[in-house]
Amino acid sequence: MVVALAVGVVAYRLTDRSAEDYYLASRTLGTVVLLFTTFATLLSAFTFFGGPNLAFAAGPEWILVMGLMDGIIFAVLWYVLGYKQWLVGKRHGYVTLGEMLGDRFGSTPLRVLVAGVSLVWLFPYVMLQQKGAGQAIVGLTEGAVPFWVGAGGITLFMIAYVAVSGMRGVAWTDTLQGLFMLSLVWVAVAWILTAVGGAGEATAALAETNPEFLALGGGLYSPQWMLSTAISIAFGVTMFPQINQRFFAAGSKKVLKRTFALWPVLVLLLFVPAFMLGAWAAGLGVTVPEGSNVVPALLAQYTPTWFAALVIAGAMAAMMSSSDSMLLSGSSYLTRDVYRPLKRVFGEGEAAAEDAREALVARLGVVVFATLSFVASLYTPGTLVQIGDTAFSGFAQLTVPVALALYWQGTTRYGMYAGVGGTQVFYVLHVFPVVETLAGLVGASVALPTAYMGWTPGIVGILLGLVLTVGVSLVTSTAPEEDPAVYRVDGVDAD
Amino acid sequence: MSVARTVGWTVVAVVMMALAVPWFLWDSAGVAFGLPVWLWWHVGWMVLASVVFAVFARTDWGLGVEGVH
Repeated sequence: MVVALAVGVVAYRLTDRSAEDYYLASRTLGTVVLLFTTFATLLSAFTFFGGPNLAFAAGPEWILVMGLMDGIIFAVLWYVLGYKQWLVGKRHGYVTLGEMLGDRFGSTPLRVLVAGVSLVWLFPYVMLQQKGAGQAIVGLTEGAVPFWVGAGGITLFMIAYVAVSGMRGVAWTDTLQGLFMLSLVWVAVAWILTAVGGAGEATAALAETNPEFLALGGGLYSPQWMLSTAISIAFGVTMFPQINQRFFAAGSKKVLKRTFALWPVLVLLLFVPAFMLGAWAAGLGVTVPEGSNVVPALLAQYTPTWFAALVIAGAMAAMMSSSDSMLLSGSSYLTRDVYRPLKRVFGEGEAAAEDAREALVARLGVVVFATLSFVASLYTPGTLVQIGDTAFSGFAQLTVPVALALYWQGTTRYGMYAGVGGTQVFYVLHVFPVVETLAGLVGASVALPTAYMGWTPGIVGILLGLVLTVGVSLVTSTAPEEDPAVYRVDGVDAD
Repeated sequence: MSVARTVGWTVVAVVMMALAVPWFLWDSAGVAFGLPVWLWWHVGWMVLASVVFAVFARTDWGLGVEGVH
């Protein structure tokens, strides 16, 4: 964490204060940095604690779900959406997704809508990091330090970090922390396997206690559930502000290509050891205290305290860097896509004063957002994987309309309103018990299904997005302010 | 012919996704070298994906994305 701060300060000194530099490091990120900064945004509490917890409770098939989702589907989307966005963004100077869409469809409401939706789903994911940090501290100190100290500490740290550093600092610390954590996970696996006599022994122990874990599928893992989860997370990750913004930040085509090819291997190197730790812990009879996570419990049992503490500190630092990426991107969505359009409505002041005010809004926004999610983390129930999955599926609803906008010139403004707005309404009604509550008021008992023939509402919403965007686009005509030619790009632009 | 190549690569992408989970090993609990057999499939498949992606990046990068009007 100390190293991370130092990197932040150096990056701060190298950063000129323009928005393109602050949010995108002036579109200059190289392969290693882009690879790891994208990777590190995945190095979150969802991976370190949530994933192993799930493997501990339900078996290691989670590795396959995450491998399919991240290693393959996300990589394909990286090319199909990411490369296209990079080309378009480079030509027109876009910094956010909302900006890109708002410009093409000549629609400020669309821009505000996309940014608003993104900020809504970012909230639970930031909260998940705070929750993870709080639990990690509780687990490490066996309850001597309360939950709110860990969650609050990471909140303060990430606010401070975003305020000083910008994309360059975030990307550099991501790289350091990514490498550091990847190494630590492997050392942890080596250490524990040495202690128990090797992978064969650990797996044999698991076969004794939970033979169903070794068989592919079963229990939680139905084919529909695995596919639903993998697809909705992959689509969601693509629309995550901090991931989506990285599509604009690559230095060159070569950087995008190399990152694309290295991605599946990196995913493999992280997820297999991390989630097998969780699964093996089940066979080794590790007990996980209520409200805690399996990885710290396993480390506490098999490795010296200093090593367990090092891993937890590393994981917290990684969660922090995930969070500050999110907050950084979130603040660019807030200022550029929400505050600026509002400002136009209420009249603008003098340019210099406006810049200062915008910077203030960005920072205040970060403080308010992180504080609220911290408070929410103290009270929200649900496991880390549940919270993360809800957020991912919320983002995933954006993917199909965005893909259509990028590739199909027949997409219209109203098609986008319907596709983005309609799917969000559909998904939100499934996540929050709105219908049940309203029905309860009139004395009826109505509930929306939690699955459609085994498929999650997240997946159904994605299909609905396709139908709505295409259907409404076909029956409406292009508004005069729309410019379908904006996304025409050639490879030549890239060189 | 770029249409044929686009179709070809699309098929490759679909196959990579479809077999990322070894459905033919469903319910199988075989263990080899200390890990479930299906996990070894996963390891091999991810390495293969990396190779396939690298070949694509080298030969046909830009297909379907650049110059689509």
